[in-house]
Amino acid sequence: MNSFLNKSRPPVYCPGCTHDKISKGLDKAFDHLNFAPEDIVIVTDIGCSGLFDTFFNVHALHGIHGRALTYASGLKLANPKLNVIVTMGDGGLGIGGAHVLASCRRNLDITLIVLNNFNFGMTGGQYSTTTPMDAVVGSEFLNQAEMPLDICAIAQSAGATYIDRCSGHDDLLQKKIAAAITHKGFSMIETLGMCTGRYTKRNPLTPKSIDKIVADMPEYSGVVEKNNRPEYGERYTALAKERTIFPKAVTIEKQIDIPDYERQEVVILGSAGMRIVTAGDLVCNAGICAGMNVSMKNDYNITVLRGQSVSEILISPQKIGYPGIESPTVVLALSDEGVARRKNIFATLKQATFVLKEKSVDIPKTGANVVEIDFRQFKIKKHDWALAALGIIAKKEKAINKPMLESALKTRFNEKVVQLSMQTIGKIYDSEII
Amino acid sequence: MALSFMEGNEALARGAIAAGCDFFAGYPITPATTIFNNMLQMLPPKGGICVQGEDEIASMGYCIGAAMAGKKTLTATSGPGISLYSEQISFAIGSEIPLVIADVQRLGPSTGSATRGADSDIQFLRWGSTSGVPVIVLAPKDALDCYVLTVHAFNYAEEFRCPVFIASNKEIGMTKESFDMDSVTLPPIVERKMFKGNNFLPFEAEPDAAPPFLPIGDKTLVRQTSSTHGPDGYITIDPEVIGATQKRLRDKIHSARERITLYEENIKENSDTLVISYGVTSRAVEDAAAILETKGKAISFLSLKTLWPTPEALIKKKAAQFKRVIVIEMNLGQYVNEIRRILPEKKVEFYGQMNGILIAPKTIMEVIENE
Repeated sequence: MNSFLNKSRPPVYCPGCTHDKISKGLDKAFDHLNFAPEDIVIVTDIGCSGLFDTFFNVHALHGIHGRALTYASGLKLANPKLNVIVTMGDGGLGIGGAHVLASCRRNLDITLIVLNNFNFGMTGGQYSTTTPMDAVVGSEFLNQAEMPLDICAIAQSAGATYIDRCSGHDDLLQKKIAAAITHKGFSMIETLGMCTGRYTKRNPLTPKSIDKIVADMPEYSGVVEKNNRPEYGERYTALAKERTIFPKAVTIEKQIDIPDYERQEVVILGSAGMRIVTAGDLVCNAGICAGMNVSMKNDYNITVLRGQSVSEILISPQKIGYPGIESPTVVLALSDEGVARRKNIFATLKQATFVLKEKSVDIPKTGANVVEIDFRQFKIKKHDWALAALGIIAKKEKAINKPMLESALKTRFNEKVVQLSMQTIGKIYDSEII
Repeated sequence: MALSFMEGNEALARGAIAAGCDFFAGYPITPATTIFNNMLQMLPPKGGICVQGEDEIASMGYCIGAAMAGKKTLTATSGPGISLYSEQISFAIGSEIPLVIADVQRLGPSTGSATRGADSDIQFLRWGSTSGVPVIVLAPKDALDCYVLTVHAFNYAEEFRCPVFIASNKEIGMTKESFDMDSVTLPPIVERKMFKGNNFLPFEAEPDAAPPFLPIGDKTLVRQTSSTHGPDGYITIDPEVIGATQKRLRDKIHSARERITLYEENIKENSDTLVISYGVTSRAVEDAAAILETKGKAISFLSLKTLWPTPEALIKKKAAQFKRVIVIEMNLGQYVNEIRRILPEKKVEFYGQMNGILIAPKTIMEVIENE
């Protein structure tokens, strides 16, 4: 037999420990599968199951307790040809429960061997997530108050496509491990064993009694038909392959020359659903079309579709340093929520500041030049108020002008949307009212 | 002339792509989510891999696994995610696993304010891992910096085989701005030094350098471990071997300190005040200095982009001529402790703000003028 065990670091466990049987079973399984050492990576974490990587002469990654499946996933995604084997005790199982669930659900082609010996061997025999309630362990009475979990049942409900449970002393162990490794997708094999150093001192356990425990538990012996589905790596590759277009950066040419353009600070105060961010984007695009530097900060709630939406824009022929608003030149007050969010700015506005206020919106006292507009009168729907407001400031030549706005629309939208937008803008732009 | 228009997070993603990043794993969190969104659009067409972990710890684990298989990996999060990353960051530091971590900082502590900026994590990034081994932290001030510094971050990660942090901020990551992307000169791409020869030992290295790399999964067997190890990658209790490795982890970063010091400056001969800042705050400092200059008061400034390892030589040299040193930070005083440590003979004044809003140039002018 071709052995993969590390000749310079042969397996050493406590006498009678089931881990020794499992090491040998895994070694035979590798041989049975005709693997080469470089085809395999053993990923482990902390505890006695974490000794496996040192006892084998294959690629190895030994990491943090409970996290072995996370490294294994990264390795397998990066190199799908690798046979990725994870060994984990009942300790890692408890700590890394989320990763076990995710691995079952995802179905990436990894094999997890759970070495369940009912307690934490390395730290003194404390209780774990699999310790029976009547066991005598190093945690005084704590295990008597908590129920052990059945990881196979959990794996099944989490969508595992291959689950096996057997004694670590099972004569067919090597074949069972080989079958799990051969399975295309996530496979989990739970082995039940004896921790002779800690557990069996006070809890009589023999290979025979373990057989009975296995027999008394629900049976899992391979492919879970009802969870059968494509392996994640192949599925991911197929889906990702359809994404062929690399998104280019939005880059806008200078199209308009405005020699004496002065720095502008535009504040758009609206609500979710009013396309405030899009309007802010358009103002920025308009600035870039005129060869200006721009910056935009948006303020909206995490709960979208509700609450304020505020856009703050700087347009400047100079490089923009501090990206905050200091002295607005244009304020568009389009909703009470938006105004409430920036209510303090109104008292500070200079007289030259152009404030456009929708008729239904109340604004605090201000010394600025306020123009009121009744969008409803022009049959403009609320989600178009911000866009229509841009038409008004373009006509008034506040921050932007009509050529800038038209260029911005053309850089941002397709021809049809540009036309529709111009129609909306035209409803007021072409009227006598402003 | 044409200008590109994007938020800092998109610029950071574009920097990663320019650096050759081919693996991203992350978990959504405001204000870093759009880095993930951008990578998810950019990596598949380039043949790269982009996945969502079941949590932040897993995302870092995927990156560690992929990096050990030879990938150039990026992950992105904010303060609460950095907290969860911590154990994996320690692993990557101690076991010399190259990866880049974008921390788009928000106001802490804890879950804090998802949509409010602050430079909350400056000390946490440096010390939020076990052992105290030095890390590299770069702080961008704008979208252009996000683009360029991310390339530097990958270069440093590859060269030093360590996690490199980009300490961004909500006010940079989610602020959209224009910049001339086409005229940017990016640093040349640094690739991981691969092992050549026979008898590979995964952690055998020069005393002040990272070990040459071979990926897990190639012809030569590779061992990686989170435990204290010798050059062969097996656990060791030999004090000499342990001591030498710990020293090397420190020396490989510190010996390159000056070479990886990135900064901007405007030192004026006729000024007596030097303002030191970093990140988005340095933009307000620069504006304040420009305004004060028009009023006839010359102010010098030093805007740091490499925060860790602390650019001690640079700070000493630049501060030497000044009577007054003022540190401005978007927190209540984190990096100022470093400046005071480096300049014990100087009176270092401080202004910090931690209320969810940017420090404005006028506030900085008041601090400067209030002698």
